[in-house]
Order: sequence, then C-alpha cells, then structure tokens
Amino acid sequence: MTVDDDEVRHVAQLARIDLDEEEVDRFTEQFGDILGYFQALDDVPAVEPDPDLANVMRADEVDEGLTQREALRNAPETEDGYFKGPTVS
Amino acid sequence: MTAQTAEQRDLTAVIGLEVHVQLETETKIFCGCSTQPDDDEEPNTRTCPVCLGLPGALPVLNEGAVEAAVKVGKALGSEIPEETRFHRKNYYYPDLPKNFQITQYDAPICDSGEIEFGVDGDRRTVEIERAHLEEDPGSLSHAGGSIDTAEYTLIDYNRAGTPLMEIVTAPDFRSAAEARAFLAKLTEVLEYLGVFDVTRNGSLRVDANLSIVDAAEVDEGGGIDEETLESANRTEVKNISSHKGAEKALAYEETRQKNAIQRGREVEQETRHWDESRGITVSMRSKEEEKDYRYFREADLPPLRVSGWKEEIEIPELPDARRERFREEYGLDAESASKLTSTKQVADFYERIAEKFDSGLAATWVADNLLGELHYRDMAITDVTDRLGEFTRLVELVDTGEITVKNAEEVVLRRMLDDRLDPETVVESEGLGKTDDDAVAAAVSDAIEENPDAVEDYHAGEDGALNFLVGQVMAETGGSADPGTVNELLRERLEG
Ligand SMILES: [Zn+2]
Repeated sequence: MTVDDDEVRHVAQLARIDLDEEEVDRFTEQFGDILGYFQALDDVPAVEPDPDLANVMRADEVDEGLTQREALRNAPETEDGYFKGPTVS
Repeated sequence: MTAQTAEQRDLTAVIGLEVHVQLETETKIFCGCSTQPDDDEEPNTRTCPVCLGLPGALPVLNEGAVEAAVKVGKALGSEIPEETRFHRKNYYYPDLPKNFQITQYDAPICDSGEIEFGVDGDRRTVEIERAHLEEDPGSLSHAGGSIDTAEYTLIDYNRAGTPLMEIVTAPDFRSAAEARAFLAKLTEVLEYLGVFDVTRNGSLRVDANLSIVDAAEVDEGGGIDEETLESANRTEVKNISSHKGAEKALAYEETRQKNAIQRGREVEQETRHWDESRGITVSMRSKEEEKDYRYFREADLPPLRVSGWKEEIEIPELPDARRERFREEYGLDAESASKLTSTKQVADFYERIAEKFDSGLAATWVADNLLGELHYRDMAITDVTDRLGEFTRLVELVDTGEITVKNAEEVVLRRMLDDRLDPETVVESEGLGKTDDDAVAAAVSDAIEENPDAVEDYHAGEDGALNFLVGQVMAETGGSADPGTVNELLRERLEG
C-alpha cells in the first residue's frame, strides 16, 4: 500500500504539524511501511471475539479531581492558572 | 410596485438548526469532575486526567447524562434505537485536549422526532432529525486582542467534558422569526424536563444553516424537494448563543444572501461567524471538510443499549399539556394559563397557591401581582420559590380580609420583595391591620363633625362630597379601613 506526498502534507496540516520537504519524503515512506504492517493483520485467522460489553456506566456522583497546580504541572507554559498556547484561527 | 421590484425574484429562506444544550448533571459526561462552577472560580480547578486528555486515562459514561438524553428523546417523540454508540471526531484545536471530541456519529441516542410551536398566531411543526450526546470542549480566551489579533491563547478546561446534547432539525424553517420561536419552545421543554438551565452562561449554542430558494419551489405543505435544496448554496452560521441572537443573525444572513442573488451574484457555500457586537456575519477561514474529521468508533466506550429506558424513565407534564389542563382544571383564560405555565417553576408555584385558595384569586396573585412585581425588579420566580410560605400567608391575609387588597398589593408585596421581609412584619411595621369597628366608627363621626361644608354639599346632591368624606376617614385610619365599609357607614349616618 502506498501513500503519496500530498496525503502526507494534508494529514500534517490537519495535525497542525509543519513538515519540510525532506520530512515529507521520509514520512511518505514511513506511512507506507506502517500501512504495510497493518495489512499483515488481514492474514491473521479470525479468533473468537470477546463477549460484548454494553451499558458500562458510572453514577452521576462527583469524584475528587486534580488541583490547579497538579493540572498545570506538565504544561510548558502557563499564565494566571491557564494553560498558555500559541494563537489559533 | 416599482419597475425594479417587479423584476425581482420572489425568494424564500430555508433554515435548519443545530442546537447545542448543556445537560444539567452533577458531573461531566466521561469523568467525575463537577459541572457546577463556583462563583468567580479559578481556571483549571475542575479537571482530572480524563477531561485533560492525559495519556492512559479512560472515559466512563455518566448514567445521569444518558437519562437526561432519554428524557429529551421522550419529549421530542424520538425513537431510542436498540443500540447507540460513540465516535471520535478528530481535529486539532487547543480547546480539545485529546485532539478529538467524543461524540455520536452513525448511531445517535435519539433518532427523529418533532416539536410543535406557535409563531405569529400559527402553529408550526418542525421535524427533528436526530439528537446526540457529546462532550463540551474547554474555553479559550484570546489574550491581547480579538480572535484575529491575539498574541497568544489562554485555555481553561473547567468546561471540558460537560455533557452536551446536539439537537438537529430538518431544514423546516422559512424565517428567522420561526427559528427564534422554535428555540423558545425547545428550551421551555428542556427546562420542564429539568435537564437544562437557560440562565447558565453558555448553556445554549446554535449553529444555523441558511440557503435561499425561489418561493415557487415551496409546495403547499411548505415542503421543498431534495434536489432544489441540494442545488442551493448554503452558509453555516456559527457562534449564536441566544434566541434573540438567532433571530438577528438569521435575518441578517437572509438579507445578505437575497441581496447577492437579486444582484445576480452567487452565494458562496461557506462557514460564517455571527459577530454579536457588530450585528453582522463574517466569513470564517475554511475549516476541515467532513471527511477530515476522520470519525471512527470510540473503542474505550462500549455500546449503549437503553431503548428500554424510554418506558422506565418518567418525564413531567410538558408545557402544552399543562397549559391545557390549567384552562380546564382551574377555569383560567388563555392568557393567564399561558403566563402561569411560562416556566415549570411558575406553574409549580401557582399550583401550590391554588391548592389553598380560589383558583381565580391564586391566578390574580401569581400571574398579575407577583410576576408583575418580579418583572419590574428584573427578578424571576426562582428568586422567590423558597418563600412560597410567606407568599401563601400574604394571600391568606387578603383572603380573610385582614388587610386590604390595595395595601397587600402596593405595600406588603413590594416590601416583601424589596426588603426581604415576611408579610406579618410589613403589616405590623406599617400599621396595616384593618382598624377595628369602633375606631372606624369614631373616624366617621369625626369626619362628619369636622367637615360641615361637605355634609351640606352631600345633602345638596353633590357627587364629590361623599368621596371627600371617605378620603378623610381613610386618612385618619392610615388607609387600613375598608373603603366599602366606610362608604356604607357614612351613608347610614348622613341619611339617618
Ligand atoms: Zn474530569
């Protein structure tokens, strides 16, 4: 299975990732390889599926969450308790 | 008609709505974080690994959100399918910490349905195509300017994961006014169900599709065939957050598109942003196409099989039915019945008062006096629902004749609302208890003795004389005497 470089550019744009031409080439090749690996799954014989789960729900009750400090701890940039990021459109 | 308008084509707007409402639950749709903001809360204080999208966190569906969705489906007359499931809608935007939104795609929890509403004296029925559950994104603020000029973005995930229901209508509306009337009816029904709070900031968000077709394409039943609809370019208007905003945005968009067509220009198929402060819609840079969302099954959430809940879950009497019952059961006219069922809280309040008093007296006190005074003060029934007992005692004081109707309306009720006093305190501090018979009789004697001219005028047949004397007695008793009784006593004494 092959992927062309336009598809790679489109997917990169959807993911808001900037790729230079060299990277586009590299990823085009890698995407092809990855899709190839998944194709191998088509050759795997069918197995007995897990029994169907349904209606897995929890009661509408409040659980303790994270503090503001904990929530922001992994963020590279914060301001006044907010996550801070680049402008978006 | 001028020559120019005679040449103009007769055009009709075709409008469909996607209405997003926040469901009133205690917790978020996939985690146990609270959905209820504290006053002046700090950002990012109601989050957890699930609603922050941290690696490895797993969503678990909130039963309360599913119940609310089934109630909505019941009220809309929807089918609850045997099996419904969740999908991931993939897009990269900072309000979405996981880079996808969990929503429903090919198997929504509510399928089909309809809503009937009134507009300009007509009844209209609009078809509901579907209603599905999804999660609310977080909220962004664009620091240092507007969305276009901001230098950076600040993100608060407190709202992220609040349960939303998206209700999608067929393109059945032909005017902005119809769309507004529909939204009013929809939110009224949702409030009756107790699943929605219209007063909550951001609880309602509307996207609207609008296109223009030749009026001749509309058949007698108001329908338009698929092909005509497909061939008309339409715009999607986003960022509408109120009934009034919907009407204004759609009226603007309708005029904009009609003008373009009348001038021979094509309407571009695009997404537009409603700018409330400027009162216009503006083109948004084109976002992803439908296929770019790469919807796929949310493998972390097993399917739902809740069609049976439709029978198990009770919903309260809905507004139209309640209005009808109020007219029959309490003998109210259409206007009073309509006022008294305007919200579930008003209707409940009225029924509690009507249990104890004549239904007409109760209607006057709730529909006219109480709602009128509340409206004047920019207050709502919810500001006084905890004071039902005090209000009952006020009506009781009038009903038993302990205070005059005039004093009850003009003094006691107003001070109850302005100063948060109970009725007895107002009656006592203002000295409004009806004066006993002896005091009234003494005041009548005084008035006759002190005003011989008026007595003479009365005997000479002058109309105003008696009213003057009644006024004197009322003044002396501080307004607490019953004017009818005073009138009668004066006549007796003057004639006798
Ligand atoms: Zn959470």
